[in-house]
Parts: sequence; C-alpha cells; structure tokens
Amino acid sequence: MTEEIIIAGFGGQGVLSMGKILAYSGIMQNKEVSWMPSYGPEMRGGTSNVTVIISDERISSPCLNQFDTAIILNQQSMDKFEHSVKSGGLLIYDPNGITDHPTRKDINIYQVAATDKASEIGIMKLFNMIVLGGFLKIKSIVTPEMLHKGLEKSLPARHHHLIPDNEKAVEIGKEILKPYHLL
Amino acid sequence: MSKELRLMKGNEAIAEAAIRCGVDGYFGYPITPQSEILEHLMAEKPYEKTGMVVLQAESEVASINMVYGGAATGKRVMTTSSSPGISLMQEGLSYIAGAELPALIVNVVRGGPGLGTIQPSQADYFQTTKGGGHGDYRLITLAPSSVQEMYDFVELGFELAFKYRNPVMILSDGVIGQVMEKVEVDDYKPRWTDEYIKQNFPWAAFGKLPTRNHNIITSLELDSSKQEQVNIRIQSKYKECEAKEVRYEEIMTQDAEYLFVAYGSSARICQKAIELARSEGIKVGLLRPITLWPFPSKALKALGQKMKGILSIEMSAGQMVEDVKLAVECRVPVEHYGRFGGIIPTPTEICEALKKVIAK
Repeated sequence: MTEEIIIAGFGGQGVLSMGKILAYSGIMQNKEVSWMPSYGPEMRGGTSNVTVIISDERISSPCLNQFDTAIILNQQSMDKFEHSVKSGGLLIYDPNGITDHPTRKDINIYQVAATDKASEIGIMKLFNMIVLGGFLKIKSIVTPEMLHKGLEKSLPARHHHLIPDNEKAVEIGKEILKPYHLL
Repeated sequence: MSKELRLMKGNEAIAEAAIRCGVDGYFGYPITPQSEILEHLMAEKPYEKTGMVVLQAESEVASINMVYGGAATGKRVMTTSSSPGISLMQEGLSYIAGAELPALIVNVVRGGPGLGTIQPSQADYFQTTKGGGHGDYRLITLAPSSVQEMYDFVELGFELAFKYRNPVMILSDGVIGQVMEKVEVDDYKPRWTDEYIKQNFPWAAFGKLPTRNHNIITSLELDSSKQEQVNIRIQSKYKECEAKEVRYEEIMTQDAEYLFVAYGSSARICQKAIELARSEGIKVGLLRPITLWPFPSKALKALGQKMKGILSIEMSAGQMVEDVKLAVECRVPVEHYGRFGGIIPTPTEICEALKKVIAK
C-alpha cells in the first residue's frame, strides 16, 4: 500500500498539522511516512500545502507532481492541484469559497462542508480534523486507535485533554462527507 | 537494544544528532531553510544537559571563526547555514583547512546566486567540492538524501574530520532540511573529557605541558619551503581520503541500460522517476554519490561502461555533470538535466529528460 496525498489550503487552516497527525498515525502503524511542507513565500501568508506519503515500502521521492488523493481547501489550491490527481484517484474539497468546482470526470470527487459545519457548532479550531475525517471515511489508511496515538504524539501534552474533541470532529467529518462525482 | 523512533525534519535531526553524539559546541546564525537547527538546539537546551555550548553568533563570519577557535582546542565544534551564509564563511573554511583542524559545517542549500530564493537548490556543488575559499584544500563532503542520513552524518562527519584533521561539509538542501521522516535516534553519548582529548589529539591547543613546547595552530608559514611541505602533507592526506572514504549507493543498476547520477533530494526524485520509467519498460538505474568529495569516480567509470547513456540530475545549471564526464572519460554520452532558482524538478520531468537522452 502506498498513498500519496496533497493537502492544500490557506495558511492557518491547519493544513500542515493535519498532515502531521496523519504522518504520526502512520508511524504508529509501522508505516513508512514522509511529510514535505511548502515552506516558501506561502508560509509567509497566502496558500499552504503539504505532501504526505504513507507506505508499506521505502518511500522514493518526498516531492511529487501526481497524487492518489488531493484534499483541497481553497480556490487557488483547486486551480493548482485538481489536475495533479492521478486518473482514478480521489479529490476531497470544502465547497466554502469555491467558485469553480472541479470538472474532472476520471476521478472520484467528494465534498466535505467543514467550514460551515465547524462554524455552526462553534469548533472552528477543529475544522481540519473534520476534513481529515472525510478523507479517512473513504481511505481508512489509519485506524481510529492509531489516530488516537498519532494525536498523542503530535500534540503537546498540555493539549492532550483536547484529543476527544479532535476525535469527535473526525467522526463529524465522516458523517457530512457527500459524493460530488463518482466513477 | 531497540532504538527510539522519531518523526523529525532533516534540520531537527542535525541538531538532535549533535546533542546525542556529544558535540561540544554549536555556533550559528539563523537563515532559511535551516533555522530549525538553531531553534531545536535552543528548545532542547543541551547546555543544561551535556554542557554543549549553543551560541547565536553576530554573523556567519563570527560563527566560522568561533568554530576555528573551538576546533583548535580539540573540541568537537560545528556550524550550519544556507548558501549566502556559507559564502561568507569561505575565508574561515580555508583557514581551518590550512591549520588542519577538524570541524563540521552543514549547508542546507537554497537557490542563488546572491540572496536568491529560500527554496531548495543544489547549485553550491562547485563551491563545496572545488573549494570556495582560496588555496589547495578540499572539504570532505557528505550528501544526505534522507532525514536518517542527516542524523547519521553528523557523527560520521566528526569521525572523518578528526581522522583527517580537515573540515567536513554536510551538503544538504531545502527539501532534505524541511521534510519530516522517521529517524532512529541513538542514546546520549557523553562529550569527550579533557583527558581523552589530551591523550588522543596531542596537536590540540589545550594548554602547554611541561613535557613539550607550545602547540601552535596557524595557517601562516612565511617560509615557502616549509609551506610547500605543509601542502605536500595535506595533499597526501587527501590521497588517503580518496582511497579510503568514497561512499555511494547503487539502485536498480543490475539490468540497467541507462543511468541517473544524482545526490541528495534529486536522488530521491530520481528513484520515483525510475519507478515511472520502468513501468514503461525503460531499464534505468541510479548511482547516488554519498561523498561528493571524494567523488565515486572509479565506481562510476566501471558502471558507466555498461550504459548506453548517463543523465546527471542536479538542481543546478550543471555542476556535478563535469565530474561525471571526467569519471567516464567521455566514453559514454553524458547529459545534464536540472531546474534552478528554487524549482524542484518533478519525477515526470526527469522521465521526459531521460527519453530525450534515449532518442539521441
């Protein structure tokens, strides 16, 4: 199993930390992992993205241009990465702020309205975990137990009391995920 | 004994390795894309645990001269920077090599020339392997292509630096500095004691002993006949290093008809390009130099003779390709492909470049 993922959105949306939690959860499951952030002008405002690879085998390149899954959280990232999904691959996006919806017919596309849901129930800080839940519903590459351990590893101890809330947000993401275009 | 497993950035791995292998001193000045090294050291506070000195100098020029001073006493000292900062250190590097002192320098390369960009590049190959400073000196150069190697090469670097009394450079880049991967970390090793240094490094300036004259550490020798002897000694050391310290890795070369030569992050991207090319039936392998100096010329010459063509991949306008051509003595077609200014070539692009070599 090898899953090559790009997560892309605005800086501050939790793109990098979502990737980090995924990577830590992968490690807990004895997988090989790679987490490659955009660290350039992006992190100084504007868009942010991270390439996460989880695999049973040794990972070749941490830098990729074709992905099994794209998780897209703003229009700029949609413009940049919609066409980087491998044919037959997966695209998950938050429709909030998206004006040009994806048009690919050769991939599976899902919507996860995480921004709306998070603001509705007042958990904006857990927005990224809702998105992550949507992804894990389709591709359960890490188990809930390993996700729990991954959260313990990636969050500082003073934030460990927030882990149950994070896990709840993941469940919400699984519930609100809906198909947009299926093969 | 099971080793501890961590998820770390390449930069953090450099800092963690320095603490755990018992380095005595770090002197540095922040610059992207390697600032996490100093940040990690400051967060870990090794000065409270092992007594390791961590000091943010006022400039890169100050850092390298602090390294010069620390190295003269037989201590394990290091500095890190990125391309523009390393340029500022060239005088100090030449002096350290001239004074025959061990030290570790890490360059997490970014795109140039000038202030350039903060994105990854490999355009400091010439500066590192051909000498950015003056005089006939060499830097033993290690090129890590994973976070684990960033970790491992710190201790290896010091081992080589002390064995040859010569500065060692870890030549990394923004990709390997910023990526997070799994790392096996070692247990903490104690720093060398003063007694250990006295016994093992009698050349060091740790104080005059009644049994001998002052140890003098200098790169200045105005008597040319003596200075020539210094040069001859340094060159014989380099010959030994060329004979004993070449390191490289071959990947999928057994049945290969074409060969990539690449180091650092480019070597990783080439491995993906190999997967893509082989899925189309193109038999391509990779020779990854781990030491850029000494360069694995003999291995490349032997392997190159079996190839229809060689493609050197580097995030530069074509620097290492000159050494590749020299190694195969131009008996095999050698081409270069690279992007620069902070652009990382994609596996697909590298595959296309290979197809052009094949079509020639």
